[in-house]
Amino acid sequence: MKKLLIALVAIIPSLVFAAGGGVPLDKANYDLTDKASLQNGAKLFMNYCSACHSTAHQRYQRVATDLGIPDQMMRDSLIFTDSKIGELMINSMDKKDAAKWFGNPPLDLTLEARLRGPDWIYTYLRSFYKDPNRPFGVNNVVFKDVGMPHVLEELQGIPTAITETHVDEQGVEHLTVVGLESSGTGEMSSDEYDEAVLDLVNFLVYSGEPNKLERQSLGFWVIGFLIILFILSYLLKKEYWRDIH
Amino acid sequence: MLKKLVMGGIDWIDTRIPMTETWNKHLAQYPTPVNFNFWYFFGSLAMLVLVNQLLTGIWLTMHYNPSAAGAFASVEYIMRDVPYGWLLRYMHSTGASAFFVVVYLHMFRGLIYGSYQKPRELIWIFGMLIFLVLMAEAFMGYLLPWGQMSFWGAQVIISLFGAIPIIGDDLTLWIRGDYVISGATLNRFFALHVVALPLALVALVFLHIVALHEVGSNNPDGVEIKRKKGSATEEEKGQFTFHKQYSGKKDIVDAIPFHPYFTVKDIMGVSFFLICFCAVLFFIPEGGGYLLEAPNFEAANGLKTPDHIAPVWYYTPYYAILRAIPDKLIGVVFFGGSIAILFLLPWLDRCKVKSIRYRSWKHKLNITQFIICFIVLGVLGTLVATPLYTLIAQIASVGYFGFFIALFIYSKNEKTKPLPTRLTH
Amino acid sequence: MSNVPVNSGRRKFLTLTTGVVGAVGAAAVAVPFVKSWSPSEKAKAAGAPVSVDISKIQPGQLIRVEWRGKPVWVVSRTQKVIEELATLDSKLRDPESKEPQQPEYATNAGRSLKPDLFLAVGICTHLGCSPTYLPDSFNEQVEGVESGFFCPCHGSKFDMAGRVFQNVPAPLNLVIPPHYYVDETNILIGVDKGDA
Repeated sequence: MKKLLIALVAIIPSLVFAAGGGVPLDKANYDLTDKASLQNGAKLFMNYCSACHSTAHQRYQRVATDLGIPDQMMRDSLIFTDSKIGELMINSMDKKDAAKWFGNPPLDLTLEARLRGPDWIYTYLRSFYKDPNRPFGVNNVVFKDVGMPHVLEELQGIPTAITETHVDEQGVEHLTVVGLESSGTGEMSSDEYDEAVLDLVNFLVYSGEPNKLERQSLGFWVIGFLIILFILSYLLKKEYWRDIH
Repeated sequence: MLKKLVMGGIDWIDTRIPMTETWNKHLAQYPTPVNFNFWYFFGSLAMLVLVNQLLTGIWLTMHYNPSAAGAFASVEYIMRDVPYGWLLRYMHSTGASAFFVVVYLHMFRGLIYGSYQKPRELIWIFGMLIFLVLMAEAFMGYLLPWGQMSFWGAQVIISLFGAIPIIGDDLTLWIRGDYVISGATLNRFFALHVVALPLALVALVFLHIVALHEVGSNNPDGVEIKRKKGSATEEEKGQFTFHKQYSGKKDIVDAIPFHPYFTVKDIMGVSFFLICFCAVLFFIPEGGGYLLEAPNFEAANGLKTPDHIAPVWYYTPYYAILRAIPDKLIGVVFFGGSIAILFLLPWLDRCKVKSIRYRSWKHKLNITQFIICFIVLGVLGTLVATPLYTLIAQIASVGYFGFFIALFIYSKNEKTKPLPTRLTH
Repeated sequence: MSNVPVNSGRRKFLTLTTGVVGAVGAAAVAVPFVKSWSPSEKAKAAGAPVSVDISKIQPGQLIRVEWRGKPVWVVSRTQKVIEELATLDSKLRDPESKEPQQPEYATNAGRSLKPDLFLAVGICTHLGCSPTYLPDSFNEQVEGVESGFFCPCHGSKFDMAGRVFQNVPAPLNLVIPPHYYVDETNILIGVDKGDA
């Protein structure tokens, strides 16, 4: 039973921020051309994140079109508010209530991947651990004292932190998280969970800049054209300057 | 038949405004030194980028919402909902950095070839004014996306005015129009960014070129192409005819008409530049966080400062000077002084020889150390200050200002090489 | 006097080619500027097809629906009105709907998908006012015709199929927007069947 296996999920050297370095981040090898991954990411986002977090600059219709999700399916299984498909993806949570529940209203995640970077999100969502001293019973290695519950607990379970006590030069003791141990209570194995988180990251990278692939493919054409123009203008210049040399 | 019609049309216009005359005077019969090199591309490139900024800027205002409540969302609206809005926006944001790249290289050209020296002081002054307006333009434009970096960057820069004794606090309040940066600030910056400063910029560019064409271009040898009337031989004057405005008063040597020779050369330069420009625009529009800074993807929040505030790269040398000085008022004075002293360059350099090619080793060394200090300051300005970095920034600041002081001292009796009688090419 | 001493064929060719390629480039640059004026996704979402429920409409009743910022009328026509329509041809400008003011499927006697339900954009084809529905006092405007639409701005008159009467300023029949019956009681306005 792999769920019962105690797996070391991530090796995280240090939680000490004082020295200036943050936590090293795991590389998120997302792939914007992978439609299946994006669709799964959208599904995960809508199911686990969208109750609290909006992607308020993005439209449902755009997501459906870009990700190859039929409109009807989008309406039926991915729009949880009474929004029309052409509308912005704003959830129905009241900002004031949210601030009361979580301390701060949940952030808009449209641009999260551009703000913090895909690697950060990828590592963050895989770095929750059990901490009974926190209001939601969890803490996070990447985002210390995070004010958000572990929403993917159902999938991952809640890992426990492996800690080490470290004494600094002044003789003060610091508790350092050096690794996370899977609880084995989630629906997914740790590989499956990593894969799911990667899909979610992929979707957020897409949300951050839905035109990214179009931009790059247009870029190749433009630069190809300009190279031709440059060669021509170089020959033209040479031709005229024969008068002078 | 068609040709006759066109000629007739041109005649009709020429009897009303001097179209052909202007064309000849400033392009087809404008004498340009034959030995222009790589460094002479950046003037025309700056014009190209200016046009790009004006056009994309006008188009962006069609979709942008200049209000504290709507600005951030409207930028994302442009990026997503407006057809090709993302392209116009990236053209504008990449163009802003490209503008400074070409302007810095253009200024460097002027520096090494002594293009600021007599009789071209006014060209330099107009150029410096362009640079100054450009910095204001970019600064105000950076507030408009209303992201975290927009807000806090503006907060820091506006606070600099608070260092001015007596009126400082009232002045910052007046600039903001509020107790914090708010919609009031955003709206005035928007008006200045899209109307007032571009107008000033275009007017100054016009004057810059008027002044240039009155005196004529300098060149990498720093030897004038205009000689006393009657002193040049036919062979020296060459095969080309120039407008009588120039050839009537002086003998022109080693010159070629701007059109077609430099039109085709500049077209080549433009194509090459566009390849580089588009490579950034289409593949790394964020420029690794230097062109579009990551914290700016979060809407402005007056209660939460980002961990690390760095100005956009083109301001960082001056910002590093500001930070290097451990006193607010003196820091601001040197910050302003680092720009102001550039205006004085034509009078600080007392040497009669223009080009670095024929000047002393002292001058070559001085320019080299100046450029190194400038780049070091630029890099430091993007980093979080540590005691070591601050020390390096202080040394580089000394180098920066030392350049001007040293120049003033050694240029009076500088040991220069003999100038050639003809341009070398 | 020309400043160009030589003028070889190669020079002409290169000038022309570079000019043409440059012009193509300039035209391509114009594309994003021109296209950015087209309706944005926001405008398209706001102008998306609207659904109207006709289950509660009474005979003779007119309901207004907003579609792309314009009023769309949905009118339930009584049997009497339908019969009256057939008698008006001589008084109308375009009784057979020859002008393309309606989709193919509404080019019929009642200018509608179903005879008892009329749907049109309620904007006068003269200068854009919205005509008034006169269910039983249209006699005052056209003798012998009981119901119709009368434009208060310049007095244009339309029958119960949106056809314009003669001797009024409006040149054309009222516009019928694309629409189709999703089911018995729901109409989707703004889109043809199959394009949804």
